[in-house]
Amino acid sequence: MIVGEQKPLEEILSLLGNARRVLVAGCGTCVTVCFAGGEKEAAILASALRMKSQLEGRPMEVDEVTVQRQCEWEYIDPLAERLKDYNVVLSLACGIGVQAMNERFPDVITLPGLNTTFLGLPEEHGVWVERCQACGDCILGVTFGICPIARCSKQLLNGPCGGSQNGVCEVNPDIPCAWQLIWERAIKFGQVERLLEVQPPKNWSRSRDGGPRKIVREDLRLPESE
Amino acid sequence: MSNQTNGYKSGSNLEKLLRAGHFVVTAEIGPPQSADPEVIRRKARLLKGVVDAANITDNQTAIVRMSSIASAVLALQEGVEPIVQMTCRDRNRLAMQSDLLGAYALGARNLLCLTGDHQSFGNHPTAKNVHDLDSIQFIRMVRDMRDEGRFQCGDEIKGVRPAFFIGAAENPFADPFDFRPYRLAKKIAAGVDFIQTQIILDIPRFREFMKRVVDMGLHEKVYILAGIGPLKSAGAARYMRDKVPGMRVREEYVERMEAAVAGIPKEDKKARKEAWEREGIRIAIEQIQEIREIPGVAGVHIMAIEWEEAVRPIVEGAGLLPRPVVE
Repeated sequence: MIVGEQKPLEEILSLLGNARRVLVAGCGTCVTVCFAGGEKEAAILASALRMKSQLEGRPMEVDEVTVQRQCEWEYIDPLAERLKDYNVVLSLACGIGVQAMNERFPDVITLPGLNTTFLGLPEEHGVWVERCQACGDCILGVTFGICPIARCSKQLLNGPCGGSQNGVCEVNPDIPCAWQLIWERAIKFGQVERLLEVQPPKNWSRSRDGGPRKIVREDLRLPESE
Repeated sequence: MSNQTNGYKSGSNLEKLLRAGHFVVTAEIGPPQSADPEVIRRKARLLKGVVDAANITDNQTAIVRMSSIASAVLALQEGVEPIVQMTCRDRNRLAMQSDLLGAYALGARNLLCLTGDHQSFGNHPTAKNVHDLDSIQFIRMVRDMRDEGRFQCGDEIKGVRPAFFIGAAENPFADPFDFRPYRLAKKIAAGVDFIQTQIILDIPRFREFMKRVVDMGLHEKVYILAGIGPLKSAGAARYMRDKVPGMRVREEYVERMEAAVAGIPKEDKKARKEAWEREGIRIAIEQIQEIREIPGVAGVHIMAIEWEEAVRPIVEGAGLLPRPVVE
């Protein structure tokens, strides 16, 4: 899932500037699951903004709403009427949701209330870790199910660097060395020889480096869409 | 167009000496954090005639310094053969190849292909890193430029090829230890000619690594230069033991450095410094003598970081002067 983290209140206030009427928009999917931007977080943030702006003597009118998915037109379209009442939307969705709102409702500015952090999973309650970089050319099949693009600090494709020690990365002892994990999996499955082939340079054009990506599935397009 | 190398891959002094079977000595020149060419010239003069070639580090520990290629040209002007270090951290494949053409055109003949220390250790921790290639892919690219006359994309190099003697690093002390000899084998498969190891302060572990290397026959396919890092103080030994990722330091070295200043009052900083330096140089000499006997070791690489003055007494003390000459 997409994992996000709320921006500090000071930064949010600075982004909001002199806005008088603000709609805090939560999102009911990924950011709800990671406790960053769901209905509950939207309510808490809206309340905090009301109090803070009151204390600072420039009260803002802040309301909140949460839609199931800010990244799909069908879920955000019903907001159209309501948005007419606001100067600013403060979205607690990921960066996709923020952009979807700006794109669909060009007359009102939607600001980000979260930092979209990574694609990952909750390792345990309250701990999220990155697992995928959406590089567009999955190599998990040759790395025994552990991604060195997302999990090696140097994105190495041919084994660990010289900074791997006692199973952890040189960058931070909280980061398990991806290549240590890959090596252990290779041993477990008795397939060490698969790691001995020199992996060629990666085709980064399928990643973000090739420019913004797009998928068109002709088999799924509707006749009326052009 | 192939180059005039008389049967050598690069024709560098380092390559010729290794091919002739000499026990080689390399050292390191760290470029300054300024635009002052005199720093390189002074360090080069300390190493001239003492080593067979000198590494020129590339933004080592991710701290911005004078370009390794520019510094290499300054070293060349002082009569020291450079080994240009280049990392995958700061350049993509376009920049790497472009700089390789330039470095060769300016006279560099040895190259050390490195992954690079992570930028979080340096003075620009908020920088974006590149890692378009890893060090093994980098080696293969340089080899193909030299031997196939092709850029990484496959296009032909029309004209002079950059014919480098290709080096890489290996850390026998990092984990997973069992993977290390295989990683070396991958570097050989990718086309590396020589290896410089991480600083050795655990000779038994290095001996075990080399045994595996020799058992796999890798020492016959690549020249291995053992890393020697003279200790400057007891504090430096402890720092390497506790703080440097991928380092292993045997307690005996820390103890010897601590014992070196026994009886010297803390206030007498000069006497302590001299005692430490004497002991650091003595340990380095003993290590070279011991490591030289390990099968598969083709030379030593002395990393006297910001202490280039130590290189001559170490090389001299180890009985490795004068340096051999090959035509």
